[in-house]
Amino acid sequence: MSNRQFGTQDPATAAGYPHPPARKGFFTDTSVCIGCKACEVACKEWNAIPEDGMALTGHSYDNSVGLGASTWRHVAFVEQRKQLGQMPPSLDHAGLDVLALAGGPDPAAAPVGLGMPAMALPGAAPAQERVPFRWLMESDVCKHCTHAACLDVCPTGSLFRTEFGTVVVQDDICNGCGYCVPACPYGVIERPDDAAVGVAQKCTLCYDRLKGDLEPACAKACPTQSIQFGDLDELRERARRRADTLHDAGVTDARLYGHDPEDGVGGTGAFFLLLDEPEVYGLPPDPVATTRDLPQMWRRAGLAAVTLLAGAIAAFAGEVRR
Amino acid sequence: MNATPVRTGRRRGHRERAMVPEAEFTSYYGRPIVKPSPWGPDIPAYLFLGGLAGASSLLAAGADLSGNGALRRPARVTALAAILGSFAALVHDLGRPARFHHMLRVAKVTSPMSVGSWILVAYAPMAGLAAAAEFRRLLPGRLGSGRVLPGLGRAAGVVAALLGPAVASYTAVLLTDTATPSWHEGRRDMPFVFVGSAAAAAGGMGMLRTPVTHARAARRMAVGGAMLDLAMSARMESAMGLSAEPMRQGTAGRFRTAARALTATGAVLGARGRASEPGGIVPGGDRAAGRFGVHAVRHLSCRPAVRTRSPLHRGTSTRTPPAELTATGSSTSYESPPGHPASRCPPHRGRRGVPRPRRPAPPAGATSPRAP
Repeated sequence: MSNRQFGTQDPATAAGYPHPPARKGFFTDTSVCIGCKACEVACKEWNAIPEDGMALTGHSYDNSVGLGASTWRHVAFVEQRKQLGQMPPSLDHAGLDVLALAGGPDPAAAPVGLGMPAMALPGAAPAQERVPFRWLMESDVCKHCTHAACLDVCPTGSLFRTEFGTVVVQDDICNGCGYCVPACPYGVIERPDDAAVGVAQKCTLCYDRLKGDLEPACAKACPTQSIQFGDLDELRERARRRADTLHDAGVTDARLYGHDPEDGVGGTGAFFLLLDEPEVYGLPPDPVATTRDLPQMWRRAGLAAVTLLAGAIAAFAGEVRR
Repeated sequence: MNATPVRTGRRRGHRERAMVPEAEFTSYYGRPIVKPSPWGPDIPAYLFLGGLAGASSLLAAGADLSGNGALRRPARVTALAAILGSFAALVHDLGRPARFHHMLRVAKVTSPMSVGSWILVAYAPMAGLAAAAEFRRLLPGRLGSGRVLPGLGRAAGVVAALLGPAVASYTAVLLTDTATPSWHEGRRDMPFVFVGSAAAAAGGMGMLRTPVTHARAARRMAVGGAMLDLAMSARMESAMGLSAEPMRQGTAGRFRTAARALTATGAVLGARGRASEPGGIVPGGDRAAGRFGVHAVRHLSCRPAVRTRSPLHRGTSTRTPPAELTATGSSTSYESPPGHPASRCPPHRGRRGVPRPRRPAPPAGATSPRAP
């Protein structure tokens, strides 16, 4: 078997669609995410996913913990003692009056007490008391890989490739074997413990909305365009320009993740602009579709089977017919 | 910071190359990146039974062709019983057991589970037919006394014996074709471990149910299988490096120790050619313990420290990120310090790893919106 699937970059055509529409995907730009979780809510509302517990985790603002059967969009929150950009430490903002610059109310007027806790103006504290701080937020989602391990290992054909190049579970076909769960290199898909459901679940990239020429619910709801939906080729180009802009602005941490068609999953349909290492967001640094090694595994299993057969013949060597 | 110096710098014996400051362990709140398989104890039970069935069919066919009825009878019955048990375990583990037949909607070589389903569908009737030949005296009339059924049984038994090795070895691909590091990294040797322990289990079962004078081939099979199992297990673990660590810890480690001790004992008892009956229990117990051990590894194996350092996720790709994209700022180590909370596996409470209050039971008649 010559892993034919690892050559292709057009999954819909490879899946047999004669004239598929342009491949669709998400570009999630975490540099403008404000952590509002509108995407999580919109996803649950549109797809009618049940709530998944109302507990507080203490992990910043993240209480939905991770992607799973009942969380198809998940916003990660990371608090870091680090500056957002690479500002020169000599730069002094003490004399900067942003309100005057913006033409706001006269800063000299006496402030009106509202009974709120007292707080100083930003930058009023002495420099040595300030700590660098940045708050990373990232809306995670199924990556809709070019080479999707979950799709490869599904024994029922429940997981399938749509004409938009996305990967979707047919929940009337899935028999809940659970094989896709350990196959996914990102830990996205999940079979819920709830026996009433019993089938694997994950993001569909709103297949039903795409069919009706609508953009997915999460992208529609995103107020800052952190989640951008569109044709994958165009999104990749847009992402490259955005990364260049950020680098020019001094945000040298910015990097694209999942945009590269040469990576272990052939590039992803949903890719990201991150501001730190992927591990910081709970993403694998170098994901590989496990089925890439499948030809080797079948060869070894075949060799082992022959070994067992030969061993059994040897065990009966010299046994006379009685 | 460039990621590359960290990776080379972390390699044993090259610490002087670490050009970046020792950094704190990074993960997302210590959570695993990949999810462990949701499979329950049904699956290791199936791994044990499937191997036992496959290798027993080999033993039965060999005994049949060499005219050793005392070994043929129990081996055929074992093969049928084990494969029926396998089906029960496999169907029971499904999230929707009533849809078990959906396994036969498609045939996909990229899915070891699909390949395995078709192997089992071909194998089980043959094993059944061979076993039925043993019970022909229960049948009425000429079917019970004639020569049709023994001949049919022999032919079916030979086909089952040819399929048996596939039944015993494909299950290793089932586990290694996943992103679970301690499974995937064992992909070169795990099929040999599985067929070795299958032979040991079937040989042991043959020894258990056959008079000592007729059990020579079963003893050979048990000893040979046990030796293959031990040798390939050791090779697999040394080749896996860090990914083998979870196999030495917790439940998996205890199963593994028990499996080794039982295998070695079984090999010695079998090689001495005496004490047939107690010797037979041992290799069977070995396979069971070994398979439960391999299965128990999955939770530990998904923890971040192992995950992110697994070659599956680094080093195997020729891709290097553009220098300008990784040139600065973050400092990442790929190893959790000893005692760091992230170096422990999250509790096995479903996917969350976080204790949650139980959801109130839905009102009667309510169904989940996702339930089709």
